[in-house]
Amino acid sequence: MSSRELILGRVRRALADVQPDDTPYEQAVPRGYLREHGDLSVEETVELLAENLADYRAIVHRTDTAGLAGTIAGLLAAHGSSTVLVPPGLPQEWLAATETARVADRVESTPDELDQVDSVITACALAIAETGTIVLDGSPDQGRRRITLVPDHHICVVRVPDQVVSSVPQALERLDPTRPLTWISGPSATSDIELDRVEGVHGPRTLEVVLVAPSVD
Amino acid sequence: MSGTFVGMPAFPKAAHEAVHNTTLRGNLRHATHTIRGKRAKAVMEMSDWAELRDAGKRIKDHTLRHLDRYLVQLEESVTAAGGTVHWAADADEANRIVTYLVKATGESEVVKVKSMATQEIGLNEALEAEDIHAYETDLAELIVQLGKDRPSHILVPAIHRNRGEIRDIFAREMSEWGRPAPEGLTDSPAELAEAARLHLREKFLRAKVGVSGANFMVADTGTLVVVESEGNGRMCLTLPETLISVVGIEKIVPTWQDLEVFLQTLPRSSTAERMNPYTSTWTGTTDSETADGPSTFHLVLIDNGRTDTLADEVGRQALRCIRCSACLNVCPVYERAGGHAYGSVYPGPIGAILSPQLRGTASEIDASLPYASSLCGACYEVCPVAIDIPEVLVHLRERVAQGGPATEKGNKVVLKPAKGHAAERAAMRAARWALSHPGALRTGQRLASRTRRLHPRTLPGPGKAWSASRDLPAVPAEPFRDWWQRTNGGRTNGGKQEGTK
Repeated sequence: MSSRELILGRVRRALADVQPDDTPYEQAVPRGYLREHGDLSVEETVELLAENLADYRAIVHRTDTAGLAGTIAGLLAAHGSSTVLVPPGLPQEWLAATETARVADRVESTPDELDQVDSVITACALAIAETGTIVLDGSPDQGRRRITLVPDHHICVVRVPDQVVSSVPQALERLDPTRPLTWISGPSATSDIELDRVEGVHGPRTLEVVLVAPSVD
Repeated sequence: MSGTFVGMPAFPKAAHEAVHNTTLRGNLRHATHTIRGKRAKAVMEMSDWAELRDAGKRIKDHTLRHLDRYLVQLEESVTAAGGTVHWAADADEANRIVTYLVKATGESEVVKVKSMATQEIGLNEALEAEDIHAYETDLAELIVQLGKDRPSHILVPAIHRNRGEIRDIFAREMSEWGRPAPEGLTDSPAELAEAARLHLREKFLRAKVGVSGANFMVADTGTLVVVESEGNGRMCLTLPETLISVVGIEKIVPTWQDLEVFLQTLPRSSTAERMNPYTSTWTGTTDSETADGPSTFHLVLIDNGRTDTLADEVGRQALRCIRCSACLNVCPVYERAGGHAYGSVYPGPIGAILSPQLRGTASEIDASLPYASSLCGACYEVCPVAIDIPEVLVHLRERVAQGGPATEKGNKVVLKPAKGHAAERAAMRAARWALSHPGALRTGQRLASRTRRLHPRTLPGPGKAWSASRDLPAVPAEPFRDWWQRTNGGRTNGGKQEGTK
């Protein structure tokens, strides 16, 4: 007998007390919990996102579409970056104001090559206000997971308010499980020394989130 | 300190030694009290915590009650997404499978994400025996591995170490394993984290094989979820060419939507954060054109005592555990005894009910674990999936003391009463007789009162062990029933007891 059959057989014998008419999944789980916490306006939800991002030591910047290229150029300059990783589908105009050398996100790149790059800039799939989380799903404007992992400086652009949801349940509804997802809440951190939080371990030690609103004109 | 749990003494002996270690007690007290306060605050933010807790419990219960169906569904989903599923009935088989898979890649080292399942099966030791080096990459696991130590906490395996001890371990040991610790390393947590970053980076960048566990597996999509803080998880899950995930069969949830419950309750319960810094989800492998992450993915599903646990209708709730460790942080026994005394990778209250079920109650340590509790119930209060740990502890005490039906390696067995409990059973039989014979009880109580000055502080003979950690109750000068009769229930004679000072 294979171990598969062995284990499944053990499971079935262990569950001899479960009747065939046991409550089905749809009725077994009460979903009385909230879809979102509080009744915030769109502006307040964006404000909450900014607050919670900052609370976990992400650096938050606010601008509009017209100011975005300038903001990004400023961040790269302030960080002293001479190279920046760029996913293939990143809108060209975001980098219109910077001279920083672009490095493409290529399948052939080795981890060591990525380790030589100063910064990475991406869009995101969505952001969650209640938890201060940005989620990447590997779309062309976000690139492979590793490009936002190996470089030490990550700039992530969130289009507000369109890409902002209030809660974790709302986020999961909008995400595609078949894509590799990375949920990011602040820069990498650890609580492993005396259960006290310290920022900056293996992931990017600096996370800058740019909240970009449509220009009013 | 040896790196193994084999041959551990019973809990009372190990705990007795641990409570005399003042550094350990200080470290644990500091850490558990810090996290307790933070957790309470993080939970308070959620007005629907009770509903989330109930939903989490129901999702897990439902899944366990139909585990065969969900396992088959998961296997189909993972396979359809490009992964390969392996089944391991016990630790040895799981280790053999992983060793084989690593050897098939031609590599002789792997990087590991912190995983309870691989600790449980002793994977690192099994790989080492085949000349494959497994590098732990979680900071606390690194501290444990470099210190040739054992984990003492589910979430923070090095919780028993303070910053000074960690500095010393890094300064002494890092050079043996790779890049040495920086010159002049101090005990500031930021510097220690930086030292770990530098030490591990070269290992991440050259790694070809990653080994992980998973916090959740979604049956309907085949998605695996790893929740972490440092980014070492992301490194192991995305940089290597081959990923091997070793996961207990109870880690399944039926649907993608179910994650909306646990991704709210787990971070707040474990690190007391609204959300942990990084959560990775992946479903099989990606197409070669858009390749992102490992091109080969193996999922090793392990039983190793879980189906035996599932067979116990009271004990099976332990399989709901999502390994948050909130129960450890609130436990007065854990805080004083520390994690090593539990003799298992699962310490604390959840360990006290999980280890004796996964491993059986035959060994001295496992038979003693259900007693490693004062039954105060704090663990049940904080559990995000509402595991009634005191209920299971009492149930397992009964199994140890009285014996009875249980399941071992899938076979129904009848356990004999444990040896050490003969005196307890004799005492209980005597008590049953005395309590059902009021005349004898009265005579005995009066006799006890009159001879109270002669009573020893500890029990002799077989009762010695019991009174080693407990004070015998003081016998009153007059039995309660005599007092009640004499004073008409306290209404006459001032209700005072004769002989009280």
